[in-house]
Amino acid sequence: MFLTVDSVTKKFGRFPALNGASFVAPQGGFVSLLGPSGSGKTTLLRILGGLEFADSGSVRFADLNWLDMPARTRNAGFVFQHYALFKHMTVAGNIAFGLKVRPRASRPSRQEIAARVKELLALVQLPGLEDRYPSQLSGGQRQRVALARALAIEPRMLLLDEPFGALDAKVRKELRADLRRIHDHAGVTTVFVTHDQEEAFAVADLVAVMMDGRIEQYGAPSDVRRNPRTQFVSEFLAA
Amino acid sequence: MSTQSQTRSDRNPTEDPLWLKLLLGILAMLFIAIVLLLPLTLVFKEAFAQGVGALWTATTEPDALAAVRLSLTAAAIAVPLNTLFGIAAAWSVAKFDFPGKTLLVTVIDLPFSVSPVVSGLIYVLVFGMQGWLGPWASAHDIHILFALPGIVLATIFVTFPFVARELIPLMTDQGREEEEAAATLGASGLGTFLRVTLPNIKWGLLYGVLLCNARALGEFGAVSVVSGHIRGQTNTMPLHVELLYNNYDYVGAFSVAALLAMLALVTLVLKSLLEWRYADELAAVHRH
Repeated sequence: MFLTVDSVTKKFGRFPALNGASFVAPQGGFVSLLGPSGSGKTTLLRILGGLEFADSGSVRFADLNWLDMPARTRNAGFVFQHYALFKHMTVAGNIAFGLKVRPRASRPSRQEIAARVKELLALVQLPGLEDRYPSQLSGGQRQRVALARALAIEPRMLLLDEPFGALDAKVRKELRADLRRIHDHAGVTTVFVTHDQEEAFAVADLVAVMMDGRIEQYGAPSDVRRNPRTQFVSEFLAA
Repeated sequence: MSTQSQTRSDRNPTEDPLWLKLLLGILAMLFIAIVLLLPLTLVFKEAFAQGVGALWTATTEPDALAAVRLSLTAAAIAVPLNTLFGIAAAWSVAKFDFPGKTLLVTVIDLPFSVSPVVSGLIYVLVFGMQGWLGPWASAHDIHILFALPGIVLATIFVTFPFVARELIPLMTDQGREEEEAAATLGASGLGTFLRVTLPNIKWGLLYGVLLCNARALGEFGAVSVVSGHIRGQTNTMPLHVELLYNNYDYVGAFSVAALLAMLALVTLVLKSLLEWRYADELAAVHRH
């Protein structure tokens, strides 16, 4: 039960965003994709989420041919940098969305959904905010709601695209710790995109340093920090 | 000294002097009064010039009723079709990238830049007896010009852009992220549209539909060319107003005109009521 990303390539017009990115992560692992802007980390994440389509290469996950599945059947929770909450729905409506759109046979009852929303709000430490609208929340609270929404579908995989990029340093640290706690609690395979190396090293089990659409170095945070394999990695980490 | 610095610090940095604010305010009011309110008031004044009875007779005589019915029928066909088209066009322009997108946006604007009379003439060229499809249509006993289909086609052409124009900037501005989030949460395409896209655009959509409707009821130029002006049969309300006016029936003309203006006012009031009723929700969606 591994997440196996094998030689994924992607071009936007003539611009190559991914030049054969590969890595393997164990089930329940926490991987950070770290790199400067334009290194392809977000593109790789969006391909994992089914929001972008690879030109070539393959991804296998839990014995599934991942890239052949449309986004909505992958059951991969996605957290966006700018939250992408449904503005016209309350917090409860946002979190329940993934359960409410299920086909009738697998849809939980109204009471079950309400209970699940309550449970998730407690998990992301926002108890009692069910009836607020996203516009009435702070940035940190919005991202917590977005995280709860992604977790509501009991995802096979959790994908986060610079989730704390728009937040201030203090809130980032709190959310980072909470994310790690939630990951350990749910045991879901998590891929986390960031350009902030401190964040990447603090939160993940495995760090993939990316440059020019390739993974320059991949390993445990301490290894990568101690033995940068290329000049780019050592310069990037020194910066 | 201290009071002076007090007033100085209380001032808003973007605030203009009082005389300028007054001048601009009065100018704007005057302009609105002369250009918008005065003509509208005069329409109603003339309509009531010979009492309510005359107005009632003028608006309930058979030809006037036929005109009202025709206008409403044409709008009832044109507005839903243009709503569907407008949503489809705005959806594809805002949410997808494809070659020819700029061309599509330009073509959508075409009816705004072409004179309505020219739009009407286009249909005469296509469906007239000397036109491309005219002989074929008349051979098959299909009446387009000087009949309801021609009036509906002309109305559709002229009111084509209203919904799309209203929605394209709105949907482009909203981006694709909410739809992407919905997809990752397992929603189908239709489910995403109904639960996420439509609620986000409903106010813009409503506004576009109201504008489209107002224009569809009021369209004169294009319809005038294709209608044939058959009294009681192919005369819409605006055409009927012209006909009465040209026959020196001022009370009749202004009565029907007042009715037409009332329809427009009712749609505006309806819109304001809805906005007032859903003010909270509106604020929640806009403040972001």
